[in-house]
Amino acid sequence: MLMEQLLSIGVNHFLTISAILFSLGMFAVMTRKNAIVVLMGVELILNAANINFLTFSKYNGGMEGVMFSLFVIVLAAAEAAIALAIVINIFKTFKTVDVSSVDTMKE
Amino acid sequence: MNQLTIAIIFYIFAAVTVLSAAFVVFSKNIIYSAFSLLFTFFGVAALYVFLSADFIAVTQVVVYVGGILVLLLFGVMFTNTIMQTELKADVLHVVPGTLLLLLLIGGMLFTFYTTGSWMPGQEQLNGSVVESIGLETMSRYMLPFEMVSIVLLVALIGAAFLARYDKAHKKEH
Repeated sequence: MLMEQLLSIGVNHFLTISAILFSLGMFAVMTRKNAIVVLMGVELILNAANINFLTFSKYNGGMEGVMFSLFVIVLAAAEAAIALAIVINIFKTFKTVDVSSVDTMKE
Repeated sequence: MNQLTIAIIFYIFAAVTVLSAAFVVFSKNIIYSAFSLLFTFFGVAALYVFLSADFIAVTQVVVYVGGILVLLLFGVMFTNTIMQTELKADVLHVVPGTLLLLLLIGGMLFTFYTTGSWMPGQEQLNGSVVESIGLETMSRYMLPFEMVSIVLLVALIGAAFLARYDKAHKKEH
């Protein structure tokens, strides 16, 4: 029974991977000090959301999840570009990318 | 391909994805994190192929690996001083973070596995979705498609504006 469940790849397998990716991304956002690793955590979270979209799209037979995962990828690209520009500006101003030591709005 | 082969390939890619994602999060060296993220993105792209979304998988490889990862690596190289001698603690809130991690994984997995079998719908997506993506983009999702293109354009112009060398600002000092 358990072996059979493990062998037939279904919704739960993909949801499990997506849950693990989401939690790891959340952990990175919460605990890491370096702004770039925080960004990587956000990318992991977006990827987890994408896996969920595609999973429910496949097992429900609709196209909505597929289309929205495309939009998520585009928005992730925009977010990465903007966030890195901000990080580079923070580095220029404070000479560090440690998010816990950047606590003023002016230099 | 029989079911066993598919399952073995799936588990290999799942292991690659999860282990490299864990390495991204727990590694102390940011360069290692960035390169490990490469394997995560490739693993996720392989999982998209299992979900019969081949176009999304290719887009994932092109956009994430070719664009976002290069941007992230650029950021890592740009903001890390080469000789980083100070060894500060790189993490904070480790205990609440770990608690949240375990709670999230436990809660979600518990919900998934006690909800019973998720409804497998009447029909499933099979084969390639490229043709349907083209049709949907040009019919139902026309407006979101155009909006997202404008958002991307504005965001990239904004990023270029934010990151450029500020000559006027330098002269004031």
